[in-house]
Amino acid sequence: MTKTLYDKLVDAHKVCDLPDGDMLIYVDFHIMNEYTSPQAFSGMESKGLKVWRPEAHLSVVDHVNATRSVEAPDAQSKLLIDNLEKNCITHEIAFYGLGDLRQGIEHIIVPEQGLVVPGMLIACGDSHTTTYGAFGALGFGIGTSEVEHVLATQTLRYKRMKTMRVTIEGDTTLGVTAKDIIMKVVQVVGAGGANGFAVEFAGSAIRSLGMAGRMTVCNMAVELGARAALIATDQITEAALKDHPHSGQFAFKGESWVSDPEAVFDEEFTISGTNIEPLITWGTSPDQSISITANVPSALDYVSPKAKMALERSLQYMGLTEGQSAQSIKIDTAFIGSCTNSRIEDLREAAKILEGRQVAKGVEAIVVPGSAMTRMKAEAEGLRGIFEAAGFEWRPEAGCSMCLAMNDDIAMDGERVASSTNRNFEGRQGRGARTHLMSPAMVAAAAVTGHLVDVRNFR
Amino acid sequence: MKEKHMNKTIKGIAAPLSLANIDTDVIMPKRFLITITREGLADGTFADLRFDSTGKKRPECILNKAPWAQATILVVGDNFGCGSSREHAVWGMRQLGINACIGTSFAGIFYDNARKNGLALPIVSHEIRDTLLQFARNASSAEISIELDSQTITAGEISASFKMDDATRTSLIQGRDDTLDTLKYAGAIHDFETRLGDKMRVSVIK
Repeated sequence: MTKTLYDKLVDAHKVCDLPDGDMLIYVDFHIMNEYTSPQAFSGMESKGLKVWRPEAHLSVVDHVNATRSVEAPDAQSKLLIDNLEKNCITHEIAFYGLGDLRQGIEHIIVPEQGLVVPGMLIACGDSHTTTYGAFGALGFGIGTSEVEHVLATQTLRYKRMKTMRVTIEGDTTLGVTAKDIIMKVVQVVGAGGANGFAVEFAGSAIRSLGMAGRMTVCNMAVELGARAALIATDQITEAALKDHPHSGQFAFKGESWVSDPEAVFDEEFTISGTNIEPLITWGTSPDQSISITANVPSALDYVSPKAKMALERSLQYMGLTEGQSAQSIKIDTAFIGSCTNSRIEDLREAAKILEGRQVAKGVEAIVVPGSAMTRMKAEAEGLRGIFEAAGFEWRPEAGCSMCLAMNDDIAMDGERVASSTNRNFEGRQGRGARTHLMSPAMVAAAAVTGHLVDVRNFR
Repeated sequence: MKEKHMNKTIKGIAAPLSLANIDTDVIMPKRFLITITREGLADGTFADLRFDSTGKKRPECILNKAPWAQATILVVGDNFGCGSSREHAVWGMRQLGINACIGTSFAGIFYDNARKNGLALPIVSHEIRDTLLQFARNASSAEISIELDSQTITAGEISASFKMDDATRTSLIQGRDDTLDTLKYAGAIHDFETRLGDKMRVSVIK
């Protein structure tokens, strides 16, 4: 019988079927952060349970920490950070805390440490755990009760998802990045279009991406509702597995984790890679995006009264007018960071735009490298110098920062941010803050001109 | 351990929240997440919809109006609960007194979080959902009844079936603790690990 890559991964991890219709699946590796794990540890302890397999977990501080220094932004945040460290000591779990050279955003450091290999099942109390699909691994986000479940049993109760394949055929053009590819997919499939599905990305535009780009694509698959994202393994995957601290630890022998050629998917989408342009979001849902050369939609573009109402609400929140050109949108802040786009490759792309240029007057520009290792690499390559010469603030500590603004990197009411992050929800970057999602190079270009702008004009 | 049995019928005033894509940042804004407990999240729930920046109740918010301020059921827009995995969103809704959300689709992590906390999420067609939204908007008729056993929703003259997977329905009805229940299968987990051998035996360097 032919199988999809997703079904192969589920089958390889199935422990047993349960009488109520669920199955138990085995979690090879589990990652925790300081904000979605505290109640899991206390829940487990209150039931008198122990951690099933302590060495299969990694804890890292990334959501609430400051990025200006290793000092916690406030007493309550310090409590969360200290609590995670205490829980890890008690339960003998690896802890990469602030000041540790291995610390960084969870989904940035796991590949750096060589802790993801094809064929694995990885869970984490963070929705962007879909990132690991870039390696042909099954990664997905879980809630705190499930964090407790993994800690105590090393398994999860699971229902098999339906499968969807999104094929992006045809090479993308100059200036179009992995971020634009996934933003296009979210636009086409819709914000909830893949609810209940595991999505495999295929096609020449995906195969030609490096691992950083593949991770960006899989990372944001959750914005279309996908509970898992996958990309078949190839030589590019294999090359990325070498020379990390954990490389060679697992018995991965280069098995090929791919869908069988005849495998049937429940749904298929095909998108032309060649026609994708650099995109920006104009609204408050990640599927509300347009090409940088286009105009913000108007009520005339919609038929149903519900859609017209949603448009009106989004435009009001975003402080935009119907039909206004994307490039006329002026920004207050430029932010480069997050688990979507803060890898060394992202910083290099942004630096190419910034070299020899200056951030526009009145624009506050911030870059938060995704991990301590990324920061050091960027500094060694001279990227820090380029960012700082252009007028960007280079943050020394890694974390999620202004992507969700749980720390002190908060946008003010009405502040407009060009952001390399993953969610443009109301209030995401701060109460009343206005987020425009785009690629890191597009953020850099917007920082220079002071308004959203076509990065292709900069080449 | 004693298992807490849930009422198989959920009955109460339903409030309409028709916006699509209500994400967990909207359900529980991040400023309420800096906590190590599950408690104290009722005020944070839908905070920016319910309160203005000075903390005053927004009079136009349905959840601040009679009779919907007493709502225990929500009728919601498509793709409810999308975005972040934060279970705080579900904890907060439960603490606000919400026992069920009727909608057409829910984000996967939110759906699983709801099950763990006794929040029922009956799934209905767009047509039924829109009918129920209309029903809930009428202040004099807003009581809805959800029968988990027969998978039926009753609202005045309206009677409709809903979808809910068996495992979730069983878990909700029994009020089961999934972690403790899974440990009954500890033997199967050990067997799986034995079969696994050294393959994928992660040992994170401390």
